[in-house]
Amino acid sequence: MVAVVDYGVGNLFSLKSSFEAIGTEVTVTADRETIARADRIILPGVGAFEDAAKKLRSSGLADFICEQAGRGKPLLGICLGMQLLFDKSYEYGVHEGLGLIHGTVRPIADVAPAGYKIPHIGWNALHFTRPNGLFAGLCEGDCVYFVHSYYATDCEDAVIATTEYGAPLTAAVACGNVLGCQFHPEKSGSVGLKILKAFSEMKG
Amino acid sequence: MITKRIIPCLDVRNGRVVKGVNFEGLRDVSSPVALAEYYSSCGADELVFYDITASSDGRAIFTDILAETAKRVFIPLTVGGGINTLDDFDRVLKCGADKVSVNSGAIRNPSLIYEAAKRYGNQCVVLSADVKRVDGTFHVFAKGGREDTGMEAIGWIRRCVDNGAGEIVVNSIDTDGVKGGFDLEMLSAVCDAVDVPVIASGGAGTIQDFIQLFRSIPGVDAGLAASIFHFGEVRIADLKREMVKNNIPTRIDGDTQ
Repeated sequence: MVAVVDYGVGNLFSLKSSFEAIGTEVTVTADRETIARADRIILPGVGAFEDAAKKLRSSGLADFICEQAGRGKPLLGICLGMQLLFDKSYEYGVHEGLGLIHGTVRPIADVAPAGYKIPHIGWNALHFTRPNGLFAGLCEGDCVYFVHSYYATDCEDAVIATTEYGAPLTAAVACGNVLGCQFHPEKSGSVGLKILKAFSEMKG
Repeated sequence: MITKRIIPCLDVRNGRVVKGVNFEGLRDVSSPVALAEYYSSCGADELVFYDITASSDGRAIFTDILAETAKRVFIPLTVGGGINTLDDFDRVLKCGADKVSVNSGAIRNPSLIYEAAKRYGNQCVVLSADVKRVDGTFHVFAKGGREDTGMEAIGWIRRCVDNGAGEIVVNSIDTDGVKGGFDLEMLSAVCDAVDVPVIASGGAGTIQDFIQLFRSIPGVDAGLAASIFHFGEVRIADLKREMVKNNIPTRIDGDTQ
């Protein structure tokens, strides 16, 4: 079973539906026992980093998720959920993340040339920088759906895919059983469903 | 390279697609869910559901249809029509919409965009503007394009972006339904004025109209159309092949090649 962590950030309807569509048992929950029972964990997130990090901490779920990941359970952060896996973010100040992957989150505006619209919204191609089971069955250049204004950097050792937006942006990361994708697999058509399927079948 | 998006728009009334649809091999062509699945499988990059119901019963049917679609279609869904309050945003976002498009609601209540962007983020708020030339200037029209608000359109669109609109649909009333091509002059004026994604609507009749749009105005991010897709006059798979041939960045879904 996949547990989608519900900490009061964003709309989890599509995420739940996409797992159902690939035949993976899924539950949307904030309950620790349920998360502990799950074979794998999804950390979703939309909105502002600071607000999300606060909610995750005040609910006590931040430490719990780190503890679960420490036991080797596959964990996938999506969009802001991926950014939360890092040490810190420079979104309106400096805010600490979970520190499960070394790196920082910075504005796309720092690297994208003038004329590139922020947020980076739409379908963009994946370029694989390291083989990873998450991308089983995908092809170089497959497109996925992005919506973000910040990107993960200083994390070269963890990057498994990038996307080009005037500059290479981190599209997906992996550090053992802790994974993240900046794009929304649940909104990325058949390519996205393949990624969720691959995650569902990953061994802990 | 970010790709140019192709977006079919479905007008939904009392749970059915209106404006007529004509497809071979699709059993229930007036079912929004079936049509959405079909378009998604053909390579549509996003879908717009436009609620043209007036009654509250119709509203409930619409949100049921939306939820059913979001359970089966995994591309971004934008919902418009009858969005006047934050409660309306809430109602459709809970049923699986990713973005919400406001038109007359933003004209009646100028703070709607600001409030919605604050609560849900700019990426969630789409301004849909019906624009028509009046005595040589662009005017914003309300009530489905029937009523001239007297407001100059470019300034209005810029104000909406300042208030938090994350994307603009520009529907040219002058070219809408003519099938003679998009309103390139109007779209250029909007692209020059704002730095958020611009979606062109109104006027597409052929594949070449989309090619011309993306080639002549690099700032346009997407092309939206309704009846030419519904009647099969333009097939999305053919359109995308032609875009690739013309070196326009295009998403080709692995399963639709």
